[in-house]
Amino acid sequence: MRAPVGVWATEAEQRPRATDGRAPDVFSRDGHVPMRQFEDGEDVDFAIVGTGCGGGVLAAKLAEAGLSVVAFDAGPFWRPLADFASDEREQDKVYWLDERLSDGDDPIELGSNNSGRCVGGSTVHFQMVALRFRPEWFAARSRLGYAVDWPVDWRTMWRYYAEVEDALKISGPVSYPWGPDRGRYPYRAHEVNAAGLVLARGAEALGVPWAATPLATVSAPRGKSPPCVYRGFCKIGCSTNAKQSVLVTYIPRALAAGAEIRDLAMVGRIESAGDGRVTGVHYHRDGQWRFQRARNVVVSGYSIETPRLLLNSATDRFPDGLANGSGTVGRYLMVHSNHAVWARFEEEIRWYKGPPSMAVCEHWNYVDDHPTKDFDGGYAFMSQGPLPVDFAKALVSNTGTFGTALRNRMAEYNHMAGLKIVGETMPQAENRVTLDEETDALGLRRARVTFSYADNDKRLFRHSLGFMKRMIEAAGGFDAYETSSTAHLMGGCRMGHSPEDSVTDADGRTWDVPNLWICDGSLMPTAGGVNPSMTILANAARIADRMKALAARGELAARHA
Amino acid sequence: MSETFLAPYPDYDVLAKWDTPSWNEQTREVMAHRLREVPGRRFFDEEEWAVLVAVCERVVPQPERAEPVPIAPWIDAALFEGRGTGTHFATLPSGPEAWRRGLESIDREARARHGCGFAALDATRRDDILEAVDAGDVDAAIWRDLPARTFFRHLLLEQIVALYYVHPDAQSEIGFGGPASPRGYVRLGPDRLDEWEAPAAAKRP
Ligand SMILES: Cc1cc2nc3c(=O)[nH]c(=O)nc-3n(C[C@H](O)[C@H](O)[C@H](O)COP(=O)(O)OP(=O)(O)OC[C@H]3O[C@@H](n4cnc5c(N)ncnc54)[C@H](O)[C@@H]3O)c2cc1C
Ligand code: SF4
Repeated sequence: MRAPVGVWATEAEQRPRATDGRAPDVFSRDGHVPMRQFEDGEDVDFAIVGTGCGGGVLAAKLAEAGLSVVAFDAGPFWRPLADFASDEREQDKVYWLDERLSDGDDPIELGSNNSGRCVGGSTVHFQMVALRFRPEWFAARSRLGYAVDWPVDWRTMWRYYAEVEDALKISGPVSYPWGPDRGRYPYRAHEVNAAGLVLARGAEALGVPWAATPLATVSAPRGKSPPCVYRGFCKIGCSTNAKQSVLVTYIPRALAAGAEIRDLAMVGRIESAGDGRVTGVHYHRDGQWRFQRARNVVVSGYSIETPRLLLNSATDRFPDGLANGSGTVGRYLMVHSNHAVWARFEEEIRWYKGPPSMAVCEHWNYVDDHPTKDFDGGYAFMSQGPLPVDFAKALVSNTGTFGTALRNRMAEYNHMAGLKIVGETMPQAENRVTLDEETDALGLRRARVTFSYADNDKRLFRHSLGFMKRMIEAAGGFDAYETSSTAHLMGGCRMGHSPEDSVTDADGRTWDVPNLWICDGSLMPTAGGVNPSMTILANAARIADRMKALAARGELAARHA
Repeated sequence: MSETFLAPYPDYDVLAKWDTPSWNEQTREVMAHRLREVPGRRFFDEEEWAVLVAVCERVVPQPERAEPVPIAPWIDAALFEGRGTGTHFATLPSGPEAWRRGLESIDREARARHGCGFAALDATRRDDILEAVDAGDVDAAIWRDLPARTFFRHLLLEQIVALYYVHPDAQSEIGFGGPASPRGYVRLGPDRLDEWEAPAAAKRP
């Protein structure tokens, strides 16, 4: 058994909490809610692997439609009010800390940088920035001339963005400066903090629009969620439940509708039968391997664990892994470049107050023809509010500063502000997840993640650094310096138009195995220049409706037309 | 590096909020553990330990403190407990192995240059070596395939600052609000303060 990472609530990391007909009540300190349970031998309609944006939404919507659902998560089932401390080190317990190998020309940081491991997935520690894709990106190839088209029309996605924004009661501005009309956000925008006002001031000086960031934390009470208290620890887990993570939104809905959630349950292998269909999942829980039968299996483990599980489920019939007839499983993995410019200000900013990114500028996502725009795709950038450790790590890893000089630079913490991009990278076949020879504690082959920037990616982040430096200086910042990093994961099992170069169709159904589905960020064919969770949630809500429609017609496990 | 540390918030202490609504029970428990249960050496051998302690002293010098914020014990503990970070850069050996080899290489670099171990050097010489390691300006016969800068920045520096800046003394010195739950903040604008925050810093000369 894996040793607990945290000091507090270690039992949640060691023994499953969702057992004996009940699951943790996430709105209480130690209470429970009733939970329906299924026998391993019972052929449930859906076994879902992962309970983040993709798996959480599916579990709720499918259970609400009367389908039988068991959703597995490798991580613990937290009660934020009792379990989350205001401490950067303690809260490492929400991340996927098992080692993965990282290589390529520009190897990416994993763990806390992009991978959650708990019921609710990475939304438990996400920073709540809730943006929509630009409509044209769903047809990037035909409308903008780069990458590929999604197999989904933007107008469909637009409807589902509205659905998930309502489910998370996004707090956002009355009118949003970019893209087609999106109606009003369900909750009013938050007051912009000093760090956000730096962006606002700079944008006004440079003559580009800015907006209060639409955020997935409530600005007024909602049910058992109190309004955000601006404590600023969002990235390591919200201990007040103001944050509208999947853990406190879709998971309670799923449980109430009769889904079973199995925490501390790592799925190691998907079983397939002689006819090429899948029959269920092998999972490790409470010290032993078990097998859950299922009529359909959905993989929602995000861009690394989803391909890893498919590859680890190879059989004689599928020697290269499940659903990998095209060789696309694990490929076209994308990140967002996360380059930033930081500067010092005369006044105290104290960016630790409030969610970290309260102001946003999407200007370069919506400009196509401009003499300086020498790249495809786009980027958004946001104001910043890193906690001390996060900020110190970026400082030392980018500059190598140490000694008294380091302490003195950190002492400027309260006078700092920063602008950081979410920069689109191009889907490239060679950026991919493969299996390493080494195995983890359960004997499962580890993931190897290979990433290199394309030339276009580099032009994009260079452009952004120049623009943000001008902006931060126009806002009054001095002693500016740059850092580079990556954020988010997209792709790795992309959906598409053809079995030749994608893993699933528009419904998330794998081309090769009719009752095997994928539903998470790995489906994304392009990355876009915005944070991905709303797109993953909206896509999952759409897929859930497709599955319900197919189920109603008795075509769920049918072959492709 | 003859700089001195200019403490901008000399009278502020996040621990003063221990019994206020800024600290909840679980945070107090976690912090009590950090302050009171500093672990002993279990992973490194004595020589490696001496180098690590000497490196930490130079990465975060704390001459003004009678009891410096402990760092090496927590690095040792994480390695002993097998606690990973989620990333294994392929150019480095796995975590424990990389730490051992990196510290040994720093020590051998000191012996090659000055004829004695890193821990026996004065501050200036230690700093010179660390700067050379960061620049990759090191003896290839000692470091072989271990990339000096990657080791220095991504393991050594990142882990050291991660352990220093979770300590209340380090948080106080930079004027960070510290733990904040259930009570957060009300005044979010520039130069606006809640009364439970560090009083504004004196202007630098
Ligand atoms: C620090 C940080 C900040 C972020 N901020 C933002 C933001 O502000 N806005 C935004 O839009 N996005 C943000 N994101 C990104 C966003 O959180 C993710 O893109 C999104 O959660 C991915 O959804 P998913 O369903 O694909 O995967 P996840 O939400 O990661 O869920 C996957 C789940 O599957 C489980 N799992 C995986 N494999 C297995 C297995 N074999 N067996 C059992 N369980 C398994 C994992 O434990 C995990 O809980 C942020 C991410 C991070 C790390
Ligand atoms: S700032 Fe708001 S959302 Fe973030 S942790 Fe605090 S209460 Fe939660």
